[in-house]
Amino acid sequence: MTESLHALSGAYVVDALDDTEREAFERHLPGCLDCQAEVASLREATSVMADAVALAPPESLRASILADISTVRPLPPETTSTTSSADVVPLHRGRKRFARALAAAAAILVVGGGAIVWHPWDQSSSTTQLSAADQVLAASDAKRYSIDFNDGSTATVVRSANEGKAVLLTQKMAAPPSGKGYELWLRDKTGAMKPAGMMTTAGDHKVLLEGDADKATGVGITIEPKEGSQAPTSKPIALFELGRTPA
Amino acid sequence: MNPDASDIPEGVVRLPTVSGAGGSASPSDLAELLKRSGRGDEAAFAELYDATSARAYGLAVRVVRNPNQAEEVMQEAFLELWRTASRFDSAKGSAVSWILTLVHRKSVDRIRSAEASTRRDTVWHHGSQDVEHDSTAEAAQASMEARRVRQALDSLTEVQREALELAYFKGYTHTEVATMLDLPVGTAKTRIRDGLIRLRDTMGVGQ
Repeated sequence: MTESLHALSGAYVVDALDDTEREAFERHLPGCLDCQAEVASLREATSVMADAVALAPPESLRASILADISTVRPLPPETTSTTSSADVVPLHRGRKRFARALAAAAAILVVGGGAIVWHPWDQSSSTTQLSAADQVLAASDAKRYSIDFNDGSTATVVRSANEGKAVLLTQKMAAPPSGKGYELWLRDKTGAMKPAGMMTTAGDHKVLLEGDADKATGVGITIEPKEGSQAPTSKPIALFELGRTPA
Repeated sequence: MNPDASDIPEGVVRLPTVSGAGGSASPSDLAELLKRSGRGDEAAFAELYDATSARAYGLAVRVVRNPNQAEEVMQEAFLELWRTASRFDSAKGSAVSWILTLVHRKSVDRIRSAEASTRRDTVWHHGSQDVEHDSTAEAAQASMEARRVRQALDSLTEVQREALELAYFKGYTHTEVATMLDLPVGTAKTRIRDGLIRLRDTMGVGQ
């Protein structure tokens, strides 16, 4: 599999992969220095090809582009020194960060198995009244399950069986497509997905999932119309396997 | 075919800017312009545009074919370039390849979404598919640089060059390219990669 992914480097550089292949390759790329180097060097070769077809654009285009940019503020530099997975592919496709988050998750990232028992912060600091979400986060039996997306965003589910609730924490989540939102789901042991809330904006969130989470076997996130759906209408962009609750 | 000066559209002549070694804007200049653009320097961005727009536009026209659409692609791509200029990292490649990669992706996105349905309806006649040969080399200008590009392209095998051009200039996927060239499934991607490697090594770019 890895072998065949390496072989996609050339086609990747000339955008000759279909969406599925591209997503697979872009997942592979951050972890493969060979491919990163090859992609970089082959890109230089493609610019040579572009040399050969240069053509002066109409004069009016210049004015219109320069007028455009004057109304837009450039993004700040990326300051988080992640393992640069996102930077390897310096140019996002038009669908922006969301697409990358989606690509990263397309194969339905399943985080399972070695769930880490999360030691909440010092209980002494929790003497002030805690919100329901904070109570879950602070619960002694809280377990957390994290997914890191290629674009640097992360999503973490924290579930406390004692509290019977789960909380979703997101960091640097990309904005959902316009008119859409991230819908959260609790999966019961029959595999049925129950609506558990919506997240409609980008960024960092702390969301207490609606519904009883103590028996939930998983938490899913899908892209849905802003107003939410009763059942998932698309594949999850992330699926957290929660494993069994302690008896 | 016969690129004597009279064949060259007027605008093309004044663009020698970034064409490799002979250009007036060196790669490091471009990187610097990008960096300044990232800080919101519109004059730097204008300079960057002047230095790269001909290559970018030529590429967009080549891929999407329709000049109006190529202009839209340019507009989208350069706006995104402006927004994301601060994310450019010269350690990971040259500024111009960064820019052209963006333009190429926008171009391919456009034709794929526009032609998705049409494309599906097209029947490929195995073997009889008339692959258009408006080859890169023919379109090249009669400059030193273009001659080098031409030579480099000539050094590819026929199938490498065809596969590469169908993918890069026409926006076909490697699977489609395989069908069009009657190659066994899965081998077009290898031809494309081999072609690029050869081109890279012949031109001495990208180390």
